[in-house]
Amino acid sequence: MREFKGQTLSWGWKDAVIELILHRAPGNEIGSVTLEELEKFAAVLDDLSRESHALIMHSSVPAGFCAGADLRELFERSQQMKREEAIRSVRDFLERIHAVFNKIDASPLTTIAAVHGVTFGGGFELALICDLIVADKMTRFCFPELRLGLIPGFGGIPRLKRDLGNAVVRDLLLTGRSFNATKAQQIGLVSQLVAEGEALRAARATAVQMGKFDRRTSAAAKQFVKPIPHEELCREIDIFCDLFAQPAVEAGLRKFVESTDALPYLP
Amino acid sequence: MPTLDQTLDEVLTLAAAQFKVPRENLSPDDDFFQKLAIDSLQALDLLTRLENHFHVELPDYEMQGVSDFRTLASRIQARL
Repeated sequence: MREFKGQTLSWGWKDAVIELILHRAPGNEIGSVTLEELEKFAAVLDDLSRESHALIMHSSVPAGFCAGADLRELFERSQQMKREEAIRSVRDFLERIHAVFNKIDASPLTTIAAVHGVTFGGGFELALICDLIVADKMTRFCFPELRLGLIPGFGGIPRLKRDLGNAVVRDLLLTGRSFNATKAQQIGLVSQLVAEGEALRAARATAVQMGKFDRRTSAAAKQFVKPIPHEELCREIDIFCDLFAQPAVEAGLRKFVESTDALPYLP
Repeated sequence: MPTLDQTLDEVLTLAAAQFKVPRENLSPDDDFFQKLAIDSLQALDLLTRLENHFHVELPDYEMQGVSDFRTLASRIQARL
């Protein structure tokens, strides 16, 4: 299936490059429908990969690449369940997200996240599964999860540890502060920093360059330098579920849901 | 290094341009959330533009409770 148009995302194929486009306003929050559609994408990825050399992920939503998990849905669903059932449900959701993310992370394609604006939490984690991040100057990254009494749950910490020094990881995680694309490039997270609105163009140009190389060689190089941190990813799910059982999380989520602010967990 | 007044002037000019408000309508002690009619997402956008313009990092927790241009400029000044 070379083309798909869903409720939250779409994909298309052109000149051996797949583009996965997030289009759920206001902020591409990742909830159950996004997950189902990502699973559809993961299911066709092997077929698409046979005739492709690159995958570009981007967002058509002005606010940014992705604001993270759909916390409103998470809160409302967990309110309808008993605590143990809610924790099981969260674990199920995380395991499914991890399966999709691991599949894309390990894809033989060269993958590029072309990001702009808000790239927070689960959205940051989605960008981290890609081989390269191309960011426009107005991009802002953040792991705000500690403000809710949680840690990132979509594989963010193990992947950040894979890519960056531990001191930087601690800073980003433990302060929960947001930082811009210039800083992200300085610490080695962003490979290309471009002018506002230029990330997709730059990502497409990069994908064309990648098409010049032998696909098997590119895949072998990627496999060599980008191992999937499976053990830590599993531990992350365990820690997240333990924390999710704490009463502070429910209070944090309630505060978030009841806020009318556009970004209730900042500063 | 620019003076605080110079920094403040640049902040006001940049905010006016970004949110398309006449520069003369903005004063140092205005509440920028009210005066510019912006939410926290747009404030984050302003923060990023200010960081890019002044080549500084402004941790958002340092911006907590800051709502007037003068205090915003002083936070920037402290990192120049």
